[in-house]
Amino acid sequence: MDPSATGIQEPFDLIRLSLSERVFVKLRGDREVTGILHAYDGHMNLILSDVEETIMIVDTENAPDGTVNVAKRKMEMLFVRGDGVILVSPPSRA
Amino acid sequence: MLIFSVFKTLTDQQVTVELKNDLSITGILKSVDQFLNIRLDNIKVLDEGRHPHMMAVKNCFIRGSVVRYVQLPSEHVDTQLLEDATRREALSQVKR
Repeated sequence: MDPSATGIQEPFDLIRLSLSERVFVKLRGDREVTGILHAYDGHMNLILSDVEETIMIVDTENAPDGTVNVAKRKMEMLFVRGDGVILVSPPSRA
Repeated sequence: MLIFSVFKTLTDQQVTVELKNDLSITGILKSVDQFLNIRLDNIKVLDEGRHPHMMAVKNCFIRGSVVRYVQLPSEHVDTQLLEDATRREALSQVKR
């Protein structure tokens, strides 16, 4: 497909086209957030609203098989510093 | 630069800064700079029992690089304006 037709020429375009949509963000420290993307910059600093954060805690001491405990919390409006971002995934268009 | 501007519009509002060492500090945003260093006044540490050494601290300067999240007051953020400004900045980056 012609790249100019889709509007995608460089990686950041994928994030730009996700503005005002719900995105999935994987972060350092076994954290993930989903939220509606309102702003980003070249450092991948993000501003999200209606955010749900998921923290994965692997309990290796009591459960050697690696049971994962999951902690969730919600926040209204959140700035995420770019240096913690591993990936940003646009909403699945099913 | 865009995010810097956003923080500037939020001065004198209450924010909660979560640091990479899991310390969460709520306070009034007094100033911010281009590195997103943050100055907070009238601070309150969440879970003070776990951080008793912070109890006497009333205001602080936070180095931008140790910040993980900042919880913003959503009523003071114009999301439509943000998206337009982000698209404009993205466009100017591409043109260079």
